[in-house]
Amino acid sequence: MQRIINKPDFVVEDMLKGFVKNHQDIVSATENPRVIKYNKAPQEGRVGIVTGGGSGHKPAFIGYVGKNMVDAVAVGEIFSSPTAKAFLDAFKAANAGKGVACLYGNYAGDNMNVKMAKQMAEMEGIEVKTVVANDDVASAPKDESQKRRGVAGEILMWKVGGAKASKGGSLEEVIAAAQKAIDNTKSVGIGITPCTIPSVGKANFEIKEGTMEVGIGHHGEPGIKISDLATADEMAEIMLDIIIPDMPFTKDDEVVVLLSGLGATPVMEQYIVYNKVEEILSEKGIKVYRSYVGNYFTSLEMMGITLTLMKLDDELKELMDVEVDTMGLKQFQR
Amino acid sequence: MNSFKNKDGKVILEGLIKTIQQNKDYLSKIDGEIGDGDHGINMNKGFTICEERIAGKPLNLTDGLKELAMILMMEIGGSMGPLYGTMFFEMSKTTEGKEDINSEVFAEMLSKAVAGIQSLGEAKLGDKTILDTLIPAERAFKDAIDSDFSTAIDRMIESAEKGKDSTINLVAKIGRASRLGERSRGVLDAGATSCFLLLQAMGKTIKELLSHD
Repeated sequence: MQRIINKPDFVVEDMLKGFVKNHQDIVSATENPRVIKYNKAPQEGRVGIVTGGGSGHKPAFIGYVGKNMVDAVAVGEIFSSPTAKAFLDAFKAANAGKGVACLYGNYAGDNMNVKMAKQMAEMEGIEVKTVVANDDVASAPKDESQKRRGVAGEILMWKVGGAKASKGGSLEEVIAAAQKAIDNTKSVGIGITPCTIPSVGKANFEIKEGTMEVGIGHHGEPGIKISDLATADEMAEIMLDIIIPDMPFTKDDEVVVLLSGLGATPVMEQYIVYNKVEEILSEKGIKVYRSYVGNYFTSLEMMGITLTLMKLDDELKELMDVEVDTMGLKQFQR
Repeated sequence: MNSFKNKDGKVILEGLIKTIQQNKDYLSKIDGEIGDGDHGINMNKGFTICEERIAGKPLNLTDGLKELAMILMMEIGGSMGPLYGTMFFEMSKTTEGKEDINSEVFAEMLSKAVAGIQSLGEAKLGDKTILDTLIPAERAFKDAIDSDFSTAIDRMIESAEKGKDSTINLVAKIGRASRLGERSRGVLDAGATSCFLLLQAMGKTIKELLSHD
Protein backbone atom coordinates (compact mmCIF):
# COMPACT_ATOMS: atom_id res chain seq x y z
CA MET A 1 0.00 0.00 0.00
CA GLN A 2 1.49 3.30 -1.14
CA ARG A 3 -0.27 6.11 0.70
CA ILE A 4 0.41 9.55 2.09
CA ILE A 5 -0.66 9.10 5.70
CA ASN A 6 0.65 9.04 9.25
CA LYS A 7 -0.87 6.43 11.53
CA PRO A 8 -3.37 4.34 9.54
CA ASP A 9 -5.84 4.30 12.44
CA PHE A 10 -5.92 8.10 12.62
CA VAL A 11 -6.39 9.13 9.00
CA VAL A 12 -9.87 10.53 9.69
CA GLU A 13 -8.71 12.66 12.65
CA ASP A 14 -5.68 13.93 10.72
CA MET A 15 -7.74 14.72 7.63
CA LEU A 16 -10.40 16.62 9.61
CA LYS A 17 -7.79 18.88 11.17
CA GLY A 18 -6.36 19.82 7.79
CA PHE A 19 -9.79 20.26 6.26
CA VAL A 20 -10.96 22.67 8.94
CA LYS A 21 -7.73 24.68 8.71
CA ASN A 22 -8.00 25.02 4.95
CA HIS A 23 -11.73 25.74 4.80
CA GLN A 24 -12.17 27.85 7.90
CA ASP A 25 -13.96 30.49 5.86
CA ILE A 26 -16.83 27.97 5.51
CA VAL A 27 -16.64 25.29 8.20
CA SER A 28 -15.71 24.92 11.83
CA ALA A 29 -14.98 22.09 14.21
CA THR A 30 -17.39 21.42 17.09
CA GLU A 31 -17.03 19.99 20.58
CA ASN A 32 -17.54 16.55 19.06
CA PRO A 33 -14.42 15.91 16.95
CA ARG A 34 -16.59 13.86 14.58
CA VAL A 35 -19.00 16.70 13.77
CA ILE A 36 -18.18 19.50 11.33
CA LYS A 37 -20.55 22.44 10.97
CA TYR A 38 -21.17 25.45 8.76
CA ASN A 39 -19.77 28.58 10.41
CA LYS A 40 -23.21 30.18 10.47
CA ALA A 41 -25.15 27.14 11.75
CA PRO A 42 -27.60 27.03 13.38
CA GLN A 43 -29.29 29.54 11.09
CA GLU A 44 -32.19 31.43 12.62
CA GLY A 45 -35.53 30.77 10.95
CA ARG A 46 -34.25 27.83 8.92
CA VAL A 47 -34.64 24.09 8.97
CA GLY A 48 -31.24 22.54 9.71
CA ILE A 49 -29.76 20.24 7.07
CA VAL A 50 -27.68 17.32 8.36
CA THR A 51 -25.99 14.44 6.65
CA GLY A 52 -23.33 11.96 7.59
CA GLY A 53 -21.59 8.81 6.54
CA GLY A 54 -18.35 6.91 6.54
CA SER A 55 -15.16 8.69 5.51
CA GLY A 56 -13.19 8.09 2.35
CA HIS A 57 -15.57 9.80 -0.06
CA LYS A 58 -14.10 13.33 -0.14
CA PRO A 59 -15.42 15.88 -0.91
CA ALA A 60 -18.46 14.02 0.47
CA PHE A 61 -19.69 14.51 3.04
CA ILE A 62 -18.04 17.49 4.78
CA GLY A 63 -17.25 19.19 1.48
CA TYR A 64 -20.92 20.01 1.07
CA VAL A 65 -21.17 21.95 4.31
CA GLY A 66 -21.76 25.61 3.63
CA LYS A 67 -24.08 28.35 2.53
CA ASN A 68 -27.51 27.08 1.42
CA MET A 69 -26.49 23.43 1.52
CA VAL A 70 -25.54 21.28 4.53
CA ASP A 71 -25.39 22.74 8.07
CA ALA A 72 -23.67 19.89 9.92
CA VAL A 73 -22.13 16.52 9.13
CA ALA A 74 -21.54 13.43 11.26
CA VAL A 75 -18.21 11.89 10.29
CA GLY A 76 -17.55 8.14 10.51
CA GLU A 77 -14.47 5.96 10.24
CA ILE A 78 -13.43 5.02 6.70
CA PHE A 79 -16.42 3.33 5.04
CA SER A 80 -18.12 2.95 8.41
CA SER A 81 -21.17 4.79 9.72
CA PRO A 82 -20.75 7.64 12.20
CA THR A 83 -21.97 6.94 15.72
CA ALA A 84 -25.48 7.76 16.87
CA LYS A 85 -23.84 10.34 19.14
CA ALA A 86 -22.20 12.06 16.15
CA PHE A 87 -25.54 12.24 14.33
CA LEU A 88 -27.18 13.57 17.51
CA ASP A 89 -24.52 16.23 17.95
CA ALA A 90 -24.84 17.17 14.27
CA PHE A 91 -28.61 17.59 14.77
CA LYS A 92 -27.88 19.89 17.71
CA ALA A 93 -25.34 21.90 15.72
CA ALA A 94 -27.85 22.42 12.90
CA ASN A 95 -31.05 22.92 14.86
CA ALA A 96 -32.37 26.47 15.05
CA GLY A 97 -35.76 25.42 16.39
CA LYS A 98 -37.45 24.68 13.05
CA GLY A 99 -36.43 21.04 13.06
CA VAL A 100 -33.72 19.10 11.27
CA ALA A 101 -33.80 17.31 7.93
CA CYS A 102 -31.35 14.41 8.01
CA LEU A 103 -30.61 13.57 4.37
CA TYR A 104 -28.39 10.49 4.13
CA GLY A 105 -27.68 7.34 2.12
CA ASN A 106 -29.20 3.89 2.46
CA TYR A 107 -26.64 1.79 4.33
CA ALA A 108 -27.39 -0.58 7.23
CA GLY A 109 -25.08 1.14 9.71
CA ASP A 110 -26.27 4.65 8.88
CA ASN A 111 -29.90 3.54 9.13
CA MET A 112 -29.36 2.16 12.64
CA ASN A 113 -27.30 5.06 13.94
CA VAL A 114 -29.67 7.69 12.52
CA LYS A 115 -32.63 5.82 14.01
CA MET A 116 -31.03 5.84 17.45
CA ALA A 117 -29.93 9.47 17.15
CA LYS A 118 -33.43 10.52 16.06
CA GLN A 119 -34.91 8.89 19.16
CA MET A 120 -32.36 10.63 21.38
CA ALA A 121 -33.02 13.98 19.66
CA GLU A 122 -36.75 13.63 20.18
CA MET A 123 -36.16 13.12 23.90
CA GLU A 124 -34.35 16.46 23.84
CA GLY A 125 -37.17 18.15 21.95
CA ILE A 126 -35.50 18.33 18.52
CA GLU A 127 -37.73 17.27 15.65
CA VAL A 128 -35.86 15.24 13.03
CA LYS A 129 -37.21 13.91 9.74
CA THR A 130 -35.22 11.87 7.27
CA VAL A 131 -34.82 11.20 3.56
CA VAL A 132 -32.84 8.09 2.67
CA ALA A 133 -31.10 8.34 -0.70
CA ASN A 134 -31.38 5.29 -2.94
CA ASP A 135 -30.20 6.52 -6.33
CA ASP A 136 -27.81 3.65 -7.17
CA VAL A 137 -29.75 1.82 -9.89
CA ALA A 138 -27.34 -1.13 -10.03
CA SER A 139 -27.67 -2.03 -6.35
CA ALA A 140 -31.16 -3.60 -6.52
CA PRO A 141 -33.93 -4.12 -9.07
CA LYS A 142 -36.46 -1.33 -9.60
CA ASP A 143 -39.23 -3.16 -7.72
CA GLU A 144 -36.93 -3.35 -4.69
CA SER A 145 -35.76 0.24 -4.97
CA GLN A 146 -36.01 0.70 -1.18
CA LYS A 147 -32.95 -1.60 -1.00
CA ARG A 148 -30.87 0.55 -3.31
CA ARG A 149 -27.83 2.38 -1.97
CA GLY A 150 -27.35 6.12 -1.94
CA VAL A 151 -24.40 7.36 -3.98
CA ALA A 152 -23.44 10.60 -5.76
CA GLY A 153 -27.09 11.58 -6.21
CA GLU A 154 -26.99 12.50 -2.53
CA ILE A 155 -25.19 15.72 -3.52
CA LEU A 156 -28.19 16.83 -5.57
CA MET A 157 -30.51 15.87 -2.70
CA TRP A 158 -28.48 18.04 -0.29
CA LYS A 159 -28.43 20.91 -2.78
CA VAL A 160 -32.20 20.81 -3.27
CA GLY A 161 -32.93 20.29 0.45
CA GLY A 162 -30.55 23.07 1.48
CA ALA A 163 -32.03 25.42 -1.12
CA LYS A 164 -35.56 24.75 0.12
CA ALA A 165 -34.43 25.49 3.68
CA SER A 166 -32.77 28.73 2.51
CA LYS A 167 -36.12 29.87 1.14
CA GLY A 168 -37.69 29.42 4.56
CA GLY A 169 -39.39 26.11 3.80
CA SER A 170 -40.91 24.20 6.71
CA LEU A 171 -39.44 20.85 7.76
CA GLU A 172 -42.19 19.07 5.82
CA GLU A 173 -41.48 21.15 2.71
CA VAL A 174 -37.72 20.60 2.93
CA ILE A 175 -38.25 16.86 3.33
CA ALA A 176 -40.69 16.77 0.40
CA ALA A 177 -38.27 18.65 -1.86
CA ALA A 178 -35.30 16.44 -0.90
CA GLN A 179 -37.42 13.33 -1.40
CA LYS A 180 -38.52 14.54 -4.82
CA ALA A 181 -34.90 15.27 -5.72
CA ILE A 182 -33.74 11.76 -4.89
CA ASP A 183 -36.81 10.12 -6.46
CA ASN A 184 -35.91 11.94 -9.69
CA THR A 185 -32.23 10.97 -9.48
CA LYS A 186 -30.57 7.84 -10.84
CA SER A 187 -26.91 6.84 -10.65
CA VAL A 188 -24.59 4.05 -11.69
CA GLY A 189 -20.86 3.48 -11.34
CA ILE A 190 -18.07 1.62 -13.09
CA GLY A 191 -14.95 0.57 -11.20
CA ILE A 192 -11.67 -0.32 -12.87
CA THR A 193 -9.30 -0.64 -9.88
CA PRO A 194 -10.03 -1.53 -6.23
CA CYS A 195 -9.44 0.64 -3.16
CA THR A 196 -7.74 0.02 0.18
CA ILE A 197 -8.79 1.11 3.66
CA PRO A 198 -5.51 2.34 5.21
CA SER A 199 -5.98 0.56 8.55
CA VAL A 200 -6.68 -2.72 6.73
CA GLY A 201 -3.68 -2.31 4.43
CA LYS A 202 -4.87 -4.28 1.42
CA ALA A 203 -7.80 -4.16 -0.96
CA ASN A 204 -10.64 -6.44 0.08
CA PHE A 205 -11.90 -6.92 -3.44
CA GLU A 206 -10.32 -7.37 -6.81
CA ILE A 207 -10.83 -5.95 -10.27
CA LYS A 208 -8.63 -7.85 -12.67
CA GLU A 209 -6.40 -5.96 -15.10
CA GLY A 210 -8.25 -5.51 -18.39
CA THR A 211 -11.69 -5.77 -16.81
CA MET A 212 -14.21 -3.44 -15.24
CA GLU A 213 -17.02 -3.87 -12.73
CA VAL A 214 -20.22 -2.28 -14.00
CA GLY A 215 -22.52 -1.12 -11.21
CA ILE A 216 -19.83 -1.10 -8.52
CA GLY A 217 -20.73 0.47 -5.18
CA HIS A 218 -18.97 3.25 -3.34
CA HIS A 219 -17.22 0.77 -1.05
CA GLY A 220 -16.40 -1.77 -3.73
CA GLU A 221 -19.73 -3.58 -3.44
CA PRO A 222 -19.94 -5.81 -6.49
CA GLY A 223 -21.85 -4.58 -9.49
CA ILE A 224 -24.13 -6.23 -11.97
CA LYS A 225 -21.48 -7.54 -14.33
CA ILE A 226 -17.78 -7.81 -14.91
CA SER A 227 -16.78 -7.08 -18.50
CA ASP A 228 -13.69 -6.37 -20.52
CA LEU A 229 -12.40 -2.85 -20.00
CA ALA A 230 -14.31 -0.63 -22.43
CA THR A 231 -13.47 2.70 -24.03
CA ALA A 232 -14.66 5.95 -22.44
CA ASP A 233 -17.40 6.27 -25.07
CA GLU A 234 -18.58 2.72 -24.45
CA MET A 235 -18.66 3.37 -20.71
CA ALA A 236 -20.88 6.40 -21.32
CA GLU A 237 -23.25 4.23 -23.37
CA ILE A 238 -23.27 1.40 -20.82
CA MET A 239 -24.06 3.74 -17.94
CA LEU A 240 -26.78 5.63 -19.79
CA ASP A 241 -28.34 2.34 -20.93
CA ILE A 242 -28.72 1.43 -17.25
CA ILE A 243 -29.91 4.80 -15.96
CA ILE A 244 -32.20 6.10 -18.73
CA PRO A 245 -34.84 3.34 -18.76
CA ASP A 246 -34.94 3.16 -14.96
CA MET A 247 -36.40 6.67 -14.51
CA PRO A 248 -37.23 6.72 -17.46
CA PHE A 249 -35.66 9.84 -18.93
CA THR A 250 -37.37 10.74 -22.19
CA LYS A 251 -37.32 13.29 -25.01
CA ASP A 252 -37.69 16.92 -23.89
CA ASP A 253 -36.76 16.12 -20.29
CA GLU A 254 -34.38 18.58 -18.69
CA VAL A 255 -31.68 17.02 -16.53
CA VAL A 256 -28.78 17.75 -14.25
CA VAL A 257 -25.79 15.56 -15.05
CA LEU A 258 -23.21 14.80 -12.38
CA LEU A 259 -20.20 12.79 -13.47
CA SER A 260 -17.80 12.02 -10.66
CA GLY A 261 -14.45 10.30 -10.57
CA LEU A 262 -14.01 7.65 -7.86
CA GLY A 263 -10.73 9.03 -6.53
CA ALA A 264 -7.92 8.02 -8.83
CA THR A 265 -9.49 8.74 -12.20
CA PRO A 266 -7.73 11.59 -14.01
CA VAL A 267 -10.16 14.49 -14.41
CA MET A 268 -9.14 14.55 -18.06
CA GLU A 269 -10.68 11.11 -18.55
CA GLN A 270 -13.88 12.22 -16.84
CA TYR A 271 -14.30 14.90 -19.51
CA ILE A 272 -13.79 12.28 -22.22
CA VAL A 273 -16.73 10.32 -20.78
CA TYR A 274 -18.81 13.46 -20.36
CA ASN A 275 -18.34 14.37 -24.00
CA LYS A 276 -20.07 11.15 -25.03
CA VAL A 277 -22.72 11.37 -22.31
CA GLU A 278 -23.77 14.80 -23.58
CA GLU A 279 -23.75 13.56 -27.17
CA ILE A 280 -26.03 10.61 -26.41
CA LEU A 281 -28.39 12.74 -24.32
CA SER A 282 -28.75 15.35 -27.06
CA GLU A 283 -29.36 12.61 -29.65
CA LYS A 284 -32.24 11.47 -27.47
CA GLY A 285 -33.57 14.99 -27.11
CA ILE A 286 -32.77 15.12 -23.38
CA LYS A 287 -31.63 18.62 -22.50
CA VAL A 288 -28.72 19.15 -20.11
CA TYR A 289 -29.76 22.01 -17.82
CA ARG A 290 -26.58 21.83 -15.79
CA SER A 291 -23.62 19.50 -15.66
CA TYR A 292 -20.93 18.80 -13.11
CA VAL A 293 -17.73 16.92 -13.98
CA GLY A 294 -15.03 16.23 -11.39
CA ASN A 295 -14.24 14.41 -8.18
CA TYR A 296 -17.47 15.10 -6.32
CA PHE A 297 -18.01 11.80 -4.50
CA THR A 298 -15.12 9.38 -4.38
CA SER A 299 -14.11 5.99 -2.97
CA LEU A 300 -10.58 6.45 -1.63
CA GLU A 301 -8.19 5.71 -4.50
CA MET A 302 -10.55 3.65 -6.61
CA MET A 303 -10.29 4.28 -10.31
CA GLY A 304 -13.65 4.55 -11.98
CA ILE A 305 -16.59 6.88 -12.48
CA THR A 306 -20.17 7.37 -11.47
CA LEU A 307 -22.85 8.98 -13.59
CA THR A 308 -25.91 10.62 -12.05
CA LEU A 309 -28.91 12.14 -13.81
CA MET A 310 -31.66 14.14 -12.15
CA LYS A 311 -34.89 14.89 -13.95
CA LEU A 312 -35.99 18.47 -13.34
CA ASP A 313 -39.34 20.10 -12.91
CA ASP A 314 -39.93 23.80 -12.25
CA GLU A 315 -39.44 23.48 -8.50
CA LEU A 316 -36.25 21.42 -8.77
CA LYS A 317 -34.87 23.79 -11.38
CA GLU A 318 -35.50 26.79 -9.15
CA LEU A 319 -33.87 25.04 -6.19
CA MET A 320 -30.88 23.87 -8.22
CA ASP A 321 -30.34 27.52 -9.17
CA VAL A 322 -29.92 28.69 -5.58
CA GLU A 323 -26.36 29.85 -5.03
CA VAL A 324 -24.22 27.75 -2.71
CA ASP A 325 -20.78 28.15 -1.21
CA THR A 326 -19.22 24.83 -0.29
CA MET A 327 -15.78 23.34 -0.79
CA GLY A 328 -17.17 20.45 -2.84
CA LEU A 329 -19.00 22.51 -5.39
CA LYS A 330 -16.53 25.33 -5.71
CA GLN A 331 -13.51 23.15 -6.38
CA PHE A 332 -14.71 22.72 -9.96
CA GLN A 333 -17.57 25.15 -10.37
CA ARG A 334 -20.12 26.91 -8.24
CA MET B 1 -24.25 -22.83 42.94
CA ASN B 2 -27.07 -21.80 40.70
CA SER B 3 -26.36 -18.11 40.71
CA PHE B 4 -23.54 -15.61 40.96
CA LYS B 5 -23.36 -12.16 42.48
CA ASN B 6 -23.93 -9.12 40.30
CA LYS B 7 -21.14 -7.41 42.25
CA ASP B 8 -18.66 -10.08 41.12
CA GLY B 9 -19.50 -9.55 37.45
CA LYS B 10 -16.60 -7.34 36.37
CA VAL B 11 -14.60 -10.44 35.43
CA ILE B 12 -17.23 -11.17 32.77
CA LEU B 13 -16.42 -7.85 31.12
CA GLU B 14 -12.72 -8.58 31.30
CA GLY B 15 -13.32 -11.92 29.61
CA LEU B 16 -15.26 -10.25 26.79
CA ILE B 17 -12.53 -7.68 26.27
CA LYS B 18 -9.79 -10.32 26.20
CA THR B 19 -11.56 -12.49 23.65
CA ILE B 20 -12.05 -9.59 21.24
CA GLN B 21 -8.43 -8.47 21.64
CA GLN B 22 -7.16 -12.00 21.03
CA ASN B 23 -9.33 -12.47 17.98
CA LYS B 24 -8.88 -9.04 16.41
CA ASP B 25 -6.96 -10.25 13.36
CA TYR B 26 -9.11 -13.36 12.94
CA LEU B 27 -12.31 -11.29 12.87
CA SER B 28 -10.88 -8.83 10.36
CA LYS B 29 -9.74 -11.70 8.18
CA ILE B 30 -13.23 -13.24 8.09
CA ASP B 31 -14.77 -9.84 7.47
CA GLY B 32 -12.36 -9.29 4.60
CA GLU B 33 -13.90 -12.22 2.70
CA ILE B 34 -17.26 -10.52 2.20
CA GLY B 35 -16.98 -7.20 4.04
CA ASP B 36 -14.57 -4.33 4.57
CA GLY B 37 -12.07 -6.32 6.61
CA ASP B 38 -12.31 -3.96 9.55
CA HIS B 39 -14.59 -5.85 11.95
CA GLY B 40 -11.76 -6.89 14.25
CA ILE B 41 -10.26 -3.39 14.17
CA ASN B 42 -13.52 -1.68 15.13
CA MET B 43 -14.47 -4.22 17.78
CA ASN B 44 -10.98 -4.12 19.28
CA LYS B 45 -11.11 -0.34 19.39
CA GLY B 46 -14.38 -0.32 21.35
CA PHE B 47 -13.49 -3.12 23.75
CA THR B 48 -10.03 -1.68 24.38
CA ILE B 49 -11.52 1.74 25.22
CA CYS B 50 -13.73 -0.16 27.68
CA GLU B 51 -10.70 -1.91 29.16
CA GLU B 52 -9.09 1.47 29.84
CA ARG B 53 -12.26 2.95 31.32
CA ILE B 54 -12.99 0.10 33.74
CA ALA B 55 -9.38 -0.51 34.80
CA GLY B 56 -9.00 -0.26 38.55
CA LYS B 57 -12.68 0.55 39.11
CA PRO B 58 -14.86 -1.68 41.24
CA LEU B 59 -17.79 -2.39 38.93
CA ASN B 60 -20.67 -4.81 39.09
CA LEU B 61 -22.03 -6.63 36.04
CA THR B 62 -24.80 -4.08 35.46
CA ASP B 63 -22.46 -1.09 35.37
CA GLY B 64 -19.75 -2.91 33.45
CA LEU B 65 -22.14 -3.96 30.69
CA LYS B 66 -23.58 -0.46 30.59
CA GLU B 67 -20.12 1.10 30.25
CA LEU B 68 -19.34 -1.24 27.35
CA ALA B 69 -22.72 -0.58 25.74
CA MET B 70 -22.35 3.18 25.88
CA ILE B 71 -18.85 3.07 24.39
CA LEU B 72 -20.03 0.88 21.52
CA MET B 73 -23.10 2.99 20.84
CA MET B 74 -21.54 6.41 21.31
CA GLU B 75 -17.97 5.97 20.14
CA ILE B 76 -17.75 3.12 17.64
CA GLY B 77 -20.46 3.57 15.06
CA GLY B 78 -20.61 1.45 11.93
CA SER B 79 -23.16 -1.35 12.20
CA MET B 80 -21.55 -3.18 15.08
CA GLY B 81 -21.59 -0.15 17.41
CA PRO B 82 -25.37 0.08 17.56
CA LEU B 83 -25.93 -3.69 17.37
CA TYR B 84 -23.57 -4.77 20.15
CA GLY B 85 -24.25 -1.54 22.04
CA THR B 86 -27.94 -2.41 22.11
CA MET B 87 -27.24 -6.04 23.01
CA PHE B 88 -25.13 -5.16 26.04
CA PHE B 89 -27.38 -2.27 27.02
CA GLU B 90 -30.40 -4.58 27.12
CA MET B 91 -28.41 -7.15 29.11
CA SER B 92 -27.34 -4.46 31.57
CA LYS B 93 -30.89 -3.20 32.02
CA THR B 94 -32.11 -6.72 32.75
CA THR B 95 -29.63 -7.13 35.60
CA GLU B 96 -30.34 -3.74 37.14
CA GLY B 97 -31.17 -3.97 40.85
CA LYS B 98 -30.65 -7.74 40.89
CA GLU B 99 -28.18 -8.90 43.53
CA ASP B 100 -28.01 -12.47 42.27
CA ILE B 101 -27.86 -13.49 38.63
CA ASN B 102 -29.49 -16.87 38.24
CA SER B 103 -30.46 -18.76 35.11
CA GLU B 104 -33.84 -17.01 34.89
CA VAL B 105 -32.16 -13.60 34.85
CA PHE B 106 -29.60 -14.78 32.32
CA ALA B 107 -32.34 -16.19 30.07
CA GLU B 108 -34.04 -12.82 30.16
CA MET B 109 -30.75 -11.08 29.36
CA LEU B 110 -30.51 -13.18 26.21
CA SER B 111 -34.15 -12.59 25.25
CA LYS B 112 -33.88 -8.86 25.71
CA ALA B 113 -30.66 -8.83 23.69
CA VAL B 114 -32.42 -10.58 20.79
CA ALA B 115 -35.42 -8.22 21.02
CA GLY B 116 -33.19 -5.15 21.17
CA ILE B 117 -31.25 -6.13 18.08
CA GLN B 118 -34.44 -6.98 16.22
CA SER B 119 -35.86 -3.55 17.02
CA LEU B 120 -32.96 -1.89 15.20
CA GLY B 121 -33.20 -3.57 11.83
CA GLU B 122 -35.15 -6.09 9.81
CA ALA B 123 -32.78 -9.05 10.15
CA LYS B 124 -34.31 -12.47 10.70
CA LEU B 125 -32.85 -15.89 11.50
CA GLY B 126 -31.05 -17.12 8.40
CA ASP B 127 -30.08 -13.68 7.06
CA LYS B 128 -26.39 -14.27 7.88
CA THR B 129 -26.11 -11.87 10.81
CA ILE B 130 -25.27 -11.99 14.51
CA LEU B 131 -28.83 -13.21 15.10
CA ASP B 132 -27.89 -16.56 13.57
CA THR B 133 -25.69 -17.08 16.62
CA LEU B 134 -27.73 -15.25 19.22
CA ILE B 135 -31.20 -16.69 18.56
CA PRO B 136 -30.18 -20.39 18.70
CA ALA B 137 -28.06 -19.62 21.77
CA GLU B 138 -31.02 -18.03 23.53
CA ARG B 139 -33.32 -20.92 22.59
CA ALA B 140 -30.84 -23.58 23.71
CA PHE B 141 -30.30 -21.87 27.03
CA LYS B 142 -34.03 -21.65 27.66
CA ASP B 143 -34.57 -25.26 26.65
CA ALA B 144 -31.97 -26.37 29.20
CA ILE B 145 -33.04 -23.98 31.95
CA ASP B 146 -34.44 -26.79 34.11
CA SER B 147 -30.99 -28.35 34.41
CA ASP B 148 -28.39 -26.42 36.37
CA PHE B 149 -27.07 -23.02 35.24
CA SER B 150 -23.69 -24.43 34.13
CA THR B 151 -25.24 -27.11 31.95
CA ALA B 152 -27.56 -24.60 30.35
CA ILE B 153 -24.50 -22.42 29.60
CA ASP B 154 -22.83 -25.39 27.89
CA ARG B 155 -25.91 -25.91 25.72
CA MET B 156 -25.94 -22.22 24.89
CA ILE B 157 -22.30 -22.21 23.79
CA GLU B 158 -22.79 -25.34 21.67
CA SER B 159 -25.79 -23.85 19.90
CA ALA B 160 -24.07 -20.52 19.46
CA GLU B 161 -21.22 -22.31 17.74
CA LYS B 162 -23.56 -24.30 15.50
CA GLY B 163 -25.44 -21.11 14.68
CA LYS B 164 -22.21 -19.34 13.84
CA ASP B 165 -21.11 -22.25 11.62
CA SER B 166 -24.51 -22.26 9.90
CA THR B 167 -23.72 -18.85 8.45
CA ILE B 168 -21.12 -20.46 6.16
CA ASN B 169 -23.87 -21.85 3.97
CA LEU B 170 -26.12 -18.83 4.14
CA VAL B 171 -26.51 -16.00 1.67
CA ALA B 172 -26.36 -12.56 3.31
CA LYS B 173 -29.69 -10.74 3.24
CA ILE B 174 -28.79 -7.68 5.30
CA GLY B 175 -25.93 -5.18 5.33
CA ARG B 176 -23.07 -4.65 2.93
CA ALA B 177 -22.41 -8.36 2.39
CA SER B 178 -25.96 -8.75 1.05
CA ARG B 179 -24.82 -6.84 -2.02
CA LEU B 180 -22.74 -9.89 -2.92
CA GLY B 181 -25.78 -12.17 -3.21
CA GLU B 182 -24.70 -15.75 -3.92
CA ARG B 183 -21.05 -14.71 -3.63
CA SER B 184 -21.56 -14.28 0.12
CA ARG B 185 -22.14 -18.05 0.49
CA GLY B 186 -19.25 -20.21 1.65
CA VAL B 187 -17.74 -17.99 4.32
CA LEU B 188 -18.53 -17.23 7.95
CA ASP B 189 -20.37 -14.06 8.87
CA ALA B 190 -18.01 -11.89 10.89
CA GLY B 191 -20.75 -10.59 13.21
CA ALA B 192 -22.06 -14.10 13.90
CA THR B 193 -18.49 -15.15 14.67
CA SER B 194 -17.76 -12.32 17.10
CA CYS B 195 -21.14 -12.97 18.73
CA PHE B 196 -20.16 -16.61 19.29
CA LEU B 197 -16.79 -15.61 20.74
CA LEU B 198 -18.50 -13.15 23.10
CA LEU B 199 -21.15 -15.62 24.27
CA GLN B 200 -18.49 -18.29 24.73
CA ALA B 201 -16.32 -15.94 26.79
CA MET B 202 -19.30 -14.79 28.82
CA GLY B 203 -20.41 -18.38 29.41
CA LYS B 204 -16.95 -19.52 30.46
CA THR B 205 -16.54 -16.73 33.02
CA ILE B 206 -20.02 -17.33 34.40
CA LYS B 207 -19.19 -21.02 34.84
CA GLU B 208 -16.06 -20.06 36.76
CA LEU B 209 -18.09 -17.74 38.97
CA LEU B 210 -20.61 -20.49 39.60
CA SER B 211 -17.92 -23.01 40.56
CA HIS B 212 -16.29 -20.63 43.06
CA ASP B 213 -19.08 -20.78 45.57
